[in-house]
Order: sequence, then structure tokens, then C-alpha cells
Amino acid sequence: MGSNSIPGVSSAPRSDLAVLKPFTPAGHAYDEMFLLRWLASVPPQVIVLLLLIWPAAAFAQSGVYGMPDAFAALWRWIPFLTLQGFVFNVVISIFAMLIGTLAGAALGLGQISNRIWLRRLAWGITQLFRNAPWLVILFIVLLAFPFEINVFGFIIPVPAWMKAVIGLSLPIMANISEIVRGAVMSVPSAQWEAAESLSFSRTQTLWQIILPQCFKRMIPPWMNWYAILTMATPLCSLLGVGEIITFSRQAMEAENNRPELLVPFFGYALALFFAYCYPIARFTIALEKRFAVKL
Amino acid sequence: MTNWTPEQPIISIHNVRKSFGVVEVLKGVSMDIMKGEVICIIGPSGSGKSTLIRCINALNDIQGGSITVEGQEVHDDDLDRLELRKKVGMVFQQYNLFPHKSALENVMMAPIKVLNEDRAEVETRARALLKKVRLEGKEDNYPGELSGGQQQRVAIARSLAMRPDVMLFDEVTAALDPETVKEVLVTIKDLAAEGMTCILVTHEMGFAREVADHIYFTDKGVIVEHGSPSEFFDHASDPRTQEFLSQIL
Ligand SMILES: Nc1ncnc2c1ncn2[C@@H]1O[C@H](COP(=O)(O)OP(=O)(O)OP(=O)(O)O)[C@@H](O)[C@H]1O
Ligand SMILES: [Mg+2]
Repeated sequence: MGSNSIPGVSSAPRSDLAVLKPFTPAGHAYDEMFLLRWLASVPPQVIVLLLLIWPAAAFAQSGVYGMPDAFAALWRWIPFLTLQGFVFNVVISIFAMLIGTLAGAALGLGQISNRIWLRRLAWGITQLFRNAPWLVILFIVLLAFPFEINVFGFIIPVPAWMKAVIGLSLPIMANISEIVRGAVMSVPSAQWEAAESLSFSRTQTLWQIILPQCFKRMIPPWMNWYAILTMATPLCSLLGVGEIITFSRQAMEAENNRPELLVPFFGYALALFFAYCYPIARFTIALEKRFAVKL
Repeated sequence: MTNWTPEQPIISIHNVRKSFGVVEVLKGVSMDIMKGEVICIIGPSGSGKSTLIRCINALNDIQGGSITVEGQEVHDDDLDRLELRKKVGMVFQQYNLFPHKSALENVMMAPIKVLNEDRAEVETRARALLKKVRLEGKEDNYPGELSGGQQQRVAIARSLAMRPDVMLFDEVTAALDPETVKEVLVTIKDLAAEGMTCILVTHEMGFAREVADHIYFTDKGVIVEHGSPSEFFDHASDPRTQEFLSQIL
């Protein structure tokens, strides 16, 4: 059917020579653990090296307003950028992860329900939020949500950061949903049958036999999504949420927007994200290894 | 609820038909099994042996005929499958123990969670069962730490803990080393001697001859021949049976 529909692409090879060799991107496969695997593969020496480059750059003299001035400016701003900015990125990531995990677990269980409509619905929601661009989701949430909600006569304000949390939790939800579904599917169907033949109900089987077995398997990819989420929190600066990138830009403005500021300020933000996620990555990989021996 | 009495067959299979898609795997199979009997089903690979015994505890559905267990129709939409499965225990070729639970917990789980029995009571029973299958001292080992033969005996104990009336065994020794096959067969023989109704799918001909009250030979979804072990092994009349036996013995 499709063999002639795309010009130049036919199902039967026109020559018996292989046209392409297998496509093998270098590094880690783009799987459910790609970010953490890459992060964890960075040797700790590299981090020390980076830390040494930094002061070295600071002393490289250039022009009137030089790098030393830019680093001095950064030094003054570091407490603010870190405690008001980065801490808020962490707060956003934790809340979004919490909501995303709870909603994602429910959605994932929906995906394996034996009610077909529920399964389809959960599948559809998962696909939608897993594949939609995060920034689009964020803007939709920002614009679609009211700035305050009325709960039984109480006016609860919904600040932009809360919307950002909700917006970020949606793609997380969808990906957690897939982790739950995938983990449940990774348990051999023989386990279901063994439980069934012992008179366990479906719900009992799921909660007492299947989920306990695959719970450990979910943790590493779950952590991977946490790292991805954390690194995505600067998207919130586009919503005007006061987080590290927003504050870095404001600080640079206060320092007269000198171009020399860009590398130190954003470099600092990058270093913070790396420093935060690197231990998570190392820990998760160690955890993954330990689980692998166990079961 | 049904007026079944022990004089009637405990399991009655009548003209059962089962298809997977368009492939008919069981083409009208009938057999009656009395309480306390040991039945062996033998036959070439793919002849539908596993499918047949999986129909008995409703792991597979059927497209025609009827199966009753203690007078109750198994393939009735109103049937409480969970109730049925309390009466029918099943042991699989691949043991299928729960890997996250110790041997003892594997045995205790179903009575506690499904039958809501008292934990202490169940534990006493589970320990006795593990002793009975000669696994004393292995209570706290996880399935991954046990040999195939030991795992299979835990699986038998796990089924017995539900106090079933009938036990189904689907090639339970097929995945085992020749040396460990014996320990599992001894366990089954003990059970049979105690009067448990057993339906076994097996390739162990010597064992079948020794323990079975009745042997059924299946081929391509039908029962070709059945009879007592001596009738079957020494006086098989059907050429398919003769051919199978000549290959295997
Ligand atoms: N879930 C299934 N879906 C489709 N076909 C199946 C399924 N289960 C079994 N079959 C088919 O049904 C037929 C009978 O299978 P069954 O497992 O009952 O054979 P068996 O007699 O137990 O064989 P063996 O000795 O190899 O275990 C086979 O042809 C098999 O391919
Ligand atoms: Mg089989």
C-alpha cells in the first residue's frame, strides 16, 4: 500500500547494497534514564577543573570594565540569586513533581484499567501531555487559569508561580503515567496468572503482587524526570515568575547590562543546576545498580 | 447452592471447545474425574493439554461445551471466579512464585489476603506445609535463593495453603534438572496418597504409570484414548498413541 506513496521510498530495496550503516549516536541512549546517565558519567574531577577555571577567568584582564568587575558584580548578587532565585526553582520543581507524580500515578493506573473507556482516556491524556511542547502547556495554563479562584466564598489568589507549578506538573504527570504503565507491563503476565489462580482479585493482584515488584524499577526513571523538570524550571521566567533566570536578568540590568556579565551570571545559574542534579544522578545510578543485583 | 454429592464427578468436562482466534485448540473434549482420583494427561506438544487444564479454573474461557467443578458450571457469566479458584489449586511449569516475598510469605499471602484468615493460624499451617514439602529451614529464603525444585515445592505448598479440593499441575517438572524432578514428584505422590484429587499434565511416563488412576492421551485437541495405566501403556490401540509411546519410551 505505502510502497509508492512516498517518492523515493519503497519497501523493496533497489539494490542489495546497504545504503546506510546502523545509526548509533554517541553516548547514552535516549531512554528513560538518559539525562541522569549522562550527568552521572561526568567524572568529579571535571567539576573541580571547572571550579578552577572560574577564578582564572576572573583574573584575565580585558578592557576597562573587565571580567574581574563582572565577577565582583556576580559575587555581590550571589546571595540574592541563590536564596531568592535558585531556591525558588527547587521549590517549584518539588511541588510540580509532587503533583505530577500523584496525578501521573493515577493516570498510569488508568492506562491499565480493565475499563476500556478509562484506558483510552488515560492513554489519550498521557500522549497529549507527553508530546506537547512544555512552553505551550505553560502558556495555556497561565492564560487559561484565573488569577484567583472562589472556593465556597473564599477568594484564593493563584499567583503566576502556582500556575507554573501546574503547567510543569502536566508533562511530568504524563511521563510518570508512562513509567507506571511500563513498569506494570514489565512484570511477566505469569505473575498475574499465579495470583489469579490463588483467587486474588484484580485490585489485590495489582497492589499486593504487581506494584511491589515493579516499584523499585520506577524510581530511577522517576528521578530522571525530576532532573529534567528541575532543569526546565527556568521556562517559568517567561511567565514572569521570580526564579533564578528572571533574577539574573534583573541583576544584570541593575549592573548596566554590560556584555561581560552574561557569561558569569548565566554560567553561575548553569553551575547551580549542575551542582544540584549531579548528586541526584550519581545517587540514582548507584541505586539502579543495587536494585539490579537484588531482583 | 448446587446439589453435588461426592458420588458424582468432582470435575466434569463435557464436549469442550476452545479457540484462539480462528485456531481451534480443543475440539470437543470430555472427561469425568471423581473425588480422590489422580488423572494424567499426556500428549504431544501443542495438543492442548495446558489449555484444557487452564479452562478448569477459568484462566481460559471456552467457546462450547461445559465444565463443572463440584456441580458448578465454570463458564457461566454469573460464576464467582474467585470462589471457584479457592477450590481449584494450580501449579505452573515456571513456578511463578512472587519474587518479592519469602517462601513462607508466598505460602501465607493468599489465605491471609484472600480468605482473611488469622495470621498466626495461617503461619502455623504454612510452616507445616513447607515441612511437608520437605523445605524446613527454607522459610525465610526468597525465591531467587532457591533451586528450581525447591521453588516448585514452595509453589505446591502455596496452592495447598488455600485448602483446595482439586490440584492442577501443568508440567511442573518440565523446567527442572533430572535430579530435582524426583523431589517434586515425591511431593505430588504424597499428596495423591492422601486422597487429593489431582490432574497432572506430564511427560514423566514412569511417574504417570505409578500414580495415575486414569490416563488421557490428547492429540490435536481431541482425546484419542484413555484408560488405566496398564491398559494405556501396554495395550494402546490407537496408532497415534502407539507412535507417541514408541518415541517417548
Ligand atoms: N494465548 C494463546 N493465544 C494463541 N494461541 C495459543 C495460546 N495459548 C496456546 N495457544 C495455542 O494452542 C495450542 C495448544 O497449546 P497448549 O499450550 O495447550 O499445548 P500443550 O499441549 O500444553 O503443549 P506443551 O506440551 O508444549 O505445553 C498451541 O498450538 C498453541 O500455540
Ligand atoms: Mg503446556
